[in-house]
Formats: sequence, C-alpha cells, structure tokens
Amino acid sequence: MADDVPVVDMRGIVTRFGAQTVHRGLDLTVQRGEILAIAGGSGTGKSVLLREMVGLQRPTEGTVKLFGQDLATLDDDGWAALRQRWGVMFQKGGLFGALTVGENVGLPLREQGRGGHRLPDALIDGIAAWKLALTGLPPDAMHKTPDALSGGMLKRAALARALALDPELLILDEPTSGLDPASSVGIGELILRTRAQFGPSIVLISHDLDLLWAVPDRVAVLGEGRVLAAAPMAELAHHPHPIVQSYFTEARSRRAPQTPEPAWKTS
Amino acid sequence: MDRPAAAVVPADASLQPRVPGEWALAGAWTRQGIARLARALPPSPATAGAALVVDGSGLAGFDSAGAWLLRQWLGAEAGQARWQGWPPAWQALMELAAATDVAPPAARNDGGLLHRVGSATLRGVRQAQAQLAFIGQAALAAAAVAARPRRLRWRSVLHHVQIGGFDALPIVLLMSFLLGVVVAYQGAGQLRHYGANIFVVELVGYAMLREFAPLMTAIIIAGRSGSSYAAQIGTMVVTEEVDAMRTLGIDPLQQLVLPRLLALAIALPLLTVGADLAGVFGGMVMARTQLDVGFHEFIDRFGRELRGSHLLVGLGKSLVFAAVIAVIGCFQGFRTRASADSVGRQTTLAVVQAIFLVIVVDAAFSVVFSRLGL
Repeated sequence: MADDVPVVDMRGIVTRFGAQTVHRGLDLTVQRGEILAIAGGSGTGKSVLLREMVGLQRPTEGTVKLFGQDLATLDDDGWAALRQRWGVMFQKGGLFGALTVGENVGLPLREQGRGGHRLPDALIDGIAAWKLALTGLPPDAMHKTPDALSGGMLKRAALARALALDPELLILDEPTSGLDPASSVGIGELILRTRAQFGPSIVLISHDLDLLWAVPDRVAVLGEGRVLAAAPMAELAHHPHPIVQSYFTEARSRRAPQTPEPAWKTS
Repeated sequence: MDRPAAAVVPADASLQPRVPGEWALAGAWTRQGIARLARALPPSPATAGAALVVDGSGLAGFDSAGAWLLRQWLGAEAGQARWQGWPPAWQALMELAAATDVAPPAARNDGGLLHRVGSATLRGVRQAQAQLAFIGQAALAAAAVAARPRRLRWRSVLHHVQIGGFDALPIVLLMSFLLGVVVAYQGAGQLRHYGANIFVVELVGYAMLREFAPLMTAIIIAGRSGSSYAAQIGTMVVTEEVDAMRTLGIDPLQQLVLPRLLALAIALPLLTVGADLAGVFGGMVMARTQLDVGFHEFIDRFGRELRGSHLLVGLGKSLVFAAVIAVIGCFQGFRTRASADSVGRQTTLAVVQAIFLVIVVDAAFSVVFSRLGL
C-alpha cells in the first residue's frame, strides 16, 4: 500500500445549506500516522466537515478521498471495505443504549462476522474486554449499559468501540467535550497511547486548548469557510491571521486569568 | 487504485507445533482469517516450566483479533512466551495483548428461576408502591389547588381539553357509530328468529350506554392521550425541565399533572356522550335496514324503556377511566430515566397499563353494579 497517499484528502469543499455557505473551497489533508486536530469557533463547519469525511453527508462541491478513494464514486463493496478501515467516535458517544458496553464494543466484530468470518462469542467478548481495559475502563463496566456510565467513561467506551476493528483512521468528534479538566487530560493521554499502540492516523475535532497543545501534530484552524492555517500549535501562535490570533489571545486569557475582571465585565 | 488488503485473500490462520515447546504461526491472523481456526484450536500448551517459543515468521497478517485469540490460547503461558521471528509492529501488538490482564468475562449470573421470579415480584411491588405514592402526591396537589383554585393553570386545562378531547371527537364518533352498527347487526339475526325485532332498541341502548361507549372511548383515549402524557412528561424529565421546575419552586404535579387530569375528567365524559349518540344512531340505522324498525319507533321505545341511570352509569365509569388514564400516563412519564429510549419504553408501559386497568376497573364496576341492582 502506497505510504505517500494521504489518508484523508479533501479538495475544494463547498458546503451550502440553503442560502448559508459553510465551506467555501476548503482543502484539508491528513497524512498517514499523524494526528490532525480541527479547531475553530462554533458554526465554522467542523462537525459538517467530519460528517462529509465519513460519508454521512455530501459536500455541495469538491472531492473527498479516503485512502486515495473518491467517496463519490465508491460502490457498495468499496464502502463496506472502507468502513472496516476507520473507527468513528461521536460527540455523545453514539453507543447503543439497548446493548451493554461490552456488546457495544464487540458489535463491529460481530457485524463484520456476518460476511462469513464469524468469530466465537467468547473470543469477541475477550477482545471487547481487552479494548475496554486498554481504554482504562474497569472490568465491571463491561456489563453496564451506557446510561450507567459517567461522561468520561462513556468517551472511553466509545473510543474502545471505535478501536474494535484496529482502524487505520480514527475520527474523534470532540473527545473531551463536557469533561472535567482531569478527565480531559486522561483522554488526551489515551489518544496518544492509542497511536503508539495501534498506529492509526487520527482526526479529531476539538476546541479544548489543553488538548490542542498536548495531542495533535498539526492543528487546522477553520474560519471564513476554509482552513486558515494548518500547522503545529507552536507555529500557529505566530500566525498573522487575526482569527487565528484571536484564538490565541482568547486562549491565553483563559489559561492564565491573572487580573480577575469584575463579574459584570466577564459575563 | 489502492484497494484494501481484503481484496487479496490471504491464507487462513494456522497454528502448528514444530518441535516440543515451539509453535509456528502462519497465514493471516486477522479477524477475517482466524474464523475457522478459532473454532478448531489445538489444546492449550502446557510447558511445565520450560520456555514456550512462538514463531511468527510465517505470518501474513495480524490484528488485535488474532492477538487476542493467541493470548486466549496461550492462557497462563502468555507471560512467559518468547516471540521469535515476528515483524516488530506485530510483536509489539502481541506483547501488548499478552501484557494486558483481563479478568475472564464473568458469566452473567441471573441467579436462576427463583431469583428472577423474586426480583420481578419486588419490581412489581416497588412499582405499585411508587404508583400509590404518586396518587397520594397528586391528591395532595389537588387539595392544595382546591384551596386556591387560582393557582391552577386554566389555560393549560383548556389546551388539553382541546387536544385530548375535541380533537379526538371524529375518531371516537366514527368508531362508536360502527360499534352500534355491529351490535345491532349481530343481534338482528337472533331477534328476527323470535320475531322480537323491537328489542333491538334495548340491545343497542344497554350495550352502548353502559359498556361500549365508555369502555371503547377510554381505550382510544388511553392510546391517544395516555401515551402523549407519558411522552411529554418523559421528554421533560430527560431534558431536565422537571428538575428546573422544582428548583424554581413550581410543583410539577400542579403544573403538569393536574391540568391533564382535570382536562381528561372533563373531556372523556363528554366524548362518551358523543359516543353514546353515535353508537345508538348506528344501531338505529341498522334496525331500520335489517329489522324494519323505523327511526320514530326506535326513538319512541328508547325513551320509554331506557332509564337515565344507564347513561349516568356509563358517564360515571368514564370519569373513573379518565382518572386512571391520566394518572398512569403522567406517572409513567415521571418514571422516565435520562435516556432517550426510556421515553419510548415508558410510553408503551403507560398505554398497556392504562388499557389493562381500565378493563379491570370496568369488570369491578360490573360486579358492584349487579350487587347494587343498578
């Protein structure tokens, strides 16, 4: 398999909802093995971009290529093969409430087994338990239903399910949203460890600045309907574009509130 | 074009002993490749202290499914095994699997038949307790409102009379009309045998006023309003609106339950009157076409033979049915827990329980009324 083919290659993406244009000719590539974070304010089309990446939505114009294959021309077999190569973790987990956590993680393995490669249940349960242990969940979480898990555990369980098929591309939508800072740090470490263990390319959406500093190799900042800058976080700090800059000044004030402002001004 | 590896089918995974204490892996140890091997594994190796060597030089593919299969097969030996000739990435994955200590998945213990029966009984008892407590709380809220009627949201009551009562009128009328037709038609054959055509009036009158109109209307409304009460309140529980009300000092029972209860207590008897009219009219139509009993004759006999108490019995029952439906619907709504599918489950429960209880209450009424000679 050619290593120079980008895992994700989006070119000239234009997305319109009625009169509203979200993306105006956006280009984005993800290289093999890298962690790319997509950042940007609300309404800049981060989630839409992610949905277009996994084929849940079609861009109005432009091409989306995954592993060198154009999603627009992919047939059913191609889709089936492609879905085996990625793992997607949704913002609210997307775990099935009717199944236990263990069954959720084992589900991708059971589903691919319908194609004639059925695996024994004990093996699937074992793999699920392993993946859950790797994501740092206690063994008794296996038999709980998702609504019995805390926010952080839910994210870990969702990540375990995304990892069930050893994906080459891992897509994480806001992996730390709604978590306390300590849990967020834990998730960030988990993402880095996952890359070390399984070596997937990772695309993540986040506006958690601590995570953006710690985890990704590059950060793509969305704004004005395109990627304003895609570079390591340290380089972005010197980027001249005002939107990228405002991101950092806002970030700094949030990271170090040295002069507490009166309450009526910060609200 | 860069097709996925699955397009080229590698050989299935295999596991062969080479010399004592040494095993050779070959083929694709991937989730596609191990399906057959996983069902026909050789017995796990017992080396009795000697080093176990696993040779991975023949591997054509390896993923975590394969790693876990090997780990399960090695069992306790996984820690001591030596990996020989493995590609580095796959060896790292295998070592990761071997190093992870996962307790064997505990057999799901449901404790046998007795335990299940017991816990189901306990659940039922607790549910009944909670139901009684809810009725008590609703009664207290009603008493508080009765002391100060201005606190009740009359707009809300009218709104629910409109959507739960008036909007249900067409379906209730149509259904009762058809019921009247069916009752008269079924009776017609028998009555004609004995030349007792005129008794169709009593047949239709008793059946509709006392039983069918209140019961069938209640069942329709249980499906229509009972379910929507449970779903509305359940959704409010999930979105924490109910908790918000409590923190704002608004009693959810006063705000949500009483208007619905009162609205249904107004709407259901009125709907039942409509159902009575439509049902008797359906019977009249049938009596004229099948039994030669004209409209005039029918109405004349209806007025002479049927006492007003039959109508009141039916309306009284429908009042009780209204309370049953509203209380069950709201109660199940409040029992929703914070997950989306819980709303659906509680809604179903509300409808099933409401219909069941309506029929039970109806049966109880029949016994009581026959004792009282009503």
